[in-house]
Amino acid sequence: MIQHFKSLSLTSRIGVIVGLFLILFLISPILADVPKPHIPEAKGEQCVEETDYMRRNHMDLLMHRRDETMHKGVRTRKHSLQNCLTCHAVKDKQQQVVTIKDKRHFCRSCHSYAAVKIDCFDCHSSTPIAKNKNSGI
Amino acid sequence: MTQAKDLSDQSRRKFIGGSVGVAGAMLIGPGIFLHQVQAKPDNQAVTNKVRWGMLVDTNKCATGCDDCVGACAKENGWANETGPNEVNVQWIRKVDLKDKKTGREASLPVMCQHCEEPPCVDVCPTGASFKREDGIVLVDKHTCIGCRYCMMACPYKARSFVHSPVENHDDYMPRGMGVVESCTFCVHLVDKDKSPACVTSCKEKALLFGDLNNKNSEIAIRVANENSRQIRQDLKTDPGVRYQGI
Repeated sequence: MIQHFKSLSLTSRIGVIVGLFLILFLISPILADVPKPHIPEAKGEQCVEETDYMRRNHMDLLMHRRDETMHKGVRTRKHSLQNCLTCHAVKDKQQQVVTIKDKRHFCRSCHSYAAVKIDCFDCHSSTPIAKNKNSGI
Repeated sequence: MTQAKDLSDQSRRKFIGGSVGVAGAMLIGPGIFLHQVQAKPDNQAVTNKVRWGMLVDTNKCATGCDDCVGACAKENGWANETGPNEVNVQWIRKVDLKDKKTGREASLPVMCQHCEEPPCVDVCPTGASFKREDGIVLVDKHTCIGCRYCMMACPYKARSFVHSPVENHDDYMPRGMGVVESCTFCVHLVDKDKSPACVTSCKEKALLFGDLNNKNSEIAIRVANENSRQIRQDLKTDPGVRYQGI
């Protein structure tokens, strides 16, 4: 390789070096290791809707469900916040499900990255509620 | 005109209620009702065919007993709210009455009375305070701005404001700082065909919960045949909670 390089004319050598720098410049964003959100694995094969749809519209589903439950008493599980939390629960090394206070929490992993402040968990539990935890349900 | 419409509606309810009751009796056996409340499928909205109500028999309610208050606090996660009384959360409280002339004493729980014409809903500037179709008065905490007009409007002093952050969210009732809250008739249990926590906790069986519109329900039969009254009937708020013996 080096032998081959030495055999080139000066112009060609400069050309090769400039070319290398150009490639380096183009791929630099990848090499610079821009932090990406680490999206934790979830349970099961498929979310309640298509993944692409969920990425763009999960907030609308939750908002719609919120009003349906609050005002009409519709309590199906499919689009409920509790259903999200159940499949997307992230466990720590002690096999304990992490809360929103932990950076690894599913919702937080993306929303911190995108700097979107969600206040769901000011009131709602950020972990799946154990059955018969406190309630007569 | 309105009256005529109302009457026809009532007869329809009566027919529906009656047919369901008969069907229920046939299925389970004569005279045996597993549960007086009809199950609502999870995917269906609540309707105004049902009007949830409570009957409190103060003759049975024991002075000094606060099992209902404790059960409510546990169920709805406000048991840890400590501090001076002014800022305490109280979804339900025990009130002791004494007739000064006769010396007769009565003890009764007072919670949100779930009015047919709720003043809290009238004054709410954001629509957060609302009445569900089935008569349960709730606060939509998502839209509540914490102005507390409803607390001032409520003649029963039924609502509380959450002054400090809520740490433990391990409950079915989401709670948080900066919004108003009150008794929900344990709406999360009612939607699952169960009675509110205060009712199930009462050892004296002083509390009865059910559908006032269903003529076959125990509560409807009792309010039709026994004397009961609403608190501050003069205000014409038409509460769903009725009291006996006061």
